[in-house]
Amino acid sequence: MKYLSIILLLILSGIACAGVEYRQFANSDQQEAYETLTSELRCLVCQNQTIADSNAELAADLRRQVYEMLQQGKSKQDIAQFMTDRYGDFVLYNPPFKAKTGVLWIGPVVFLLIGLIVVFLFARRKKTASVLQANTGNENAEKLAKIRNLLEKGDQS
Amino acid sequence: MLKYLLPLLLFTVLAVFLALGLNLHPGEIPSPLINKPAPAFSAPKLQTPAEKLSGADLKGKVWLFNVWASWCASCRSEHPILNQLAQQKAAIIVGLNYKDEPEAALGWLAQLGNPYDVSIMDQDGRIGIDWGVYGVPETFVIDKQGVVRYKHTGPVTPDDVQQVFLPLIAKLQAKN
Repeated sequence: MKYLSIILLLILSGIACAGVEYRQFANSDQQEAYETLTSELRCLVCQNQTIADSNAELAADLRRQVYEMLQQGKSKQDIAQFMTDRYGDFVLYNPPFKAKTGVLWIGPVVFLLIGLIVVFLFARRKKTASVLQANTGNENAEKLAKIRNLLEKGDQS
Repeated sequence: MLKYLLPLLLFTVLAVFLALGLNLHPGEIPSPLINKPAPAFSAPKLQTPAEKLSGADLKGKVWLFNVWASWCASCRSEHPILNQLAQQKAAIIVGLNYKDEPEAALGWLAQLGNPYDVSIMDQDGRIGIDWGVYGVPETFVIDKQGVVRYKHTGPVTPDDVQQVFLPLIAKLQAKN
């Protein structure tokens, strides 16, 4: 029971830390846009958190900015553009596909392909090796048969 | 032979990548503002809040835009270097007092000296957002046409002043 309550407290403390403001939205679409945007924008101070997760002052300012722009009727694209104009693509957790971010997007596929090729090559080598072994096995059997034959019948040469 | 070479090769590749990783600065985010017109602003001056300063007032001049705050520890280490730079009068230094209390900011300038030709107040951080400020201190160099030419994130060191700022300012001053 004691441990359970400690664990519960630890879990809940995370929620208590996350930046939470009281926001009022005109409709649920707007609220949804706010929640999507804040969870897709990176906090630039604590770079592995979104601005929804982060408690940093800058994250709070950016949340306020997102909220105000939504109130002004700006679209999600407008707001994402506003942020990239100021902070660069880095502010987006889902960076757009560009020459600069190409490695980021294609890299994993390339590594997967390299892996598949290596696995394929190894598999083939093993297969040929086992075929070879089987062949040498046959040769041995032939030789053994020949020797047995010789032993039984004697050298007739 | 390959049996011995392969681990060595793998190790070398790994070592090269790790060495590159050590020299990267993931904390420094390249600014999309470089070679773009400086974001417009108009904000009350720290010393005389009744007066406002806007970007247009600085047209035709090469200026540095230094983001600082009295709560920022690295700004304290940067401050003497800015004081020295100000003495050389190479360019106008404009301070952006970012998310600070005016009294605390004025106290800081009185105590440590004032390298700024003028400081403006950005108490709610909106100018900071327009300039893509994410960490204090940050220093921008703006040319006579009002175009951002350089951004430095973190405290400016004497080496930065000698090797980057002064040559760049001289180059921009020479242009019309």
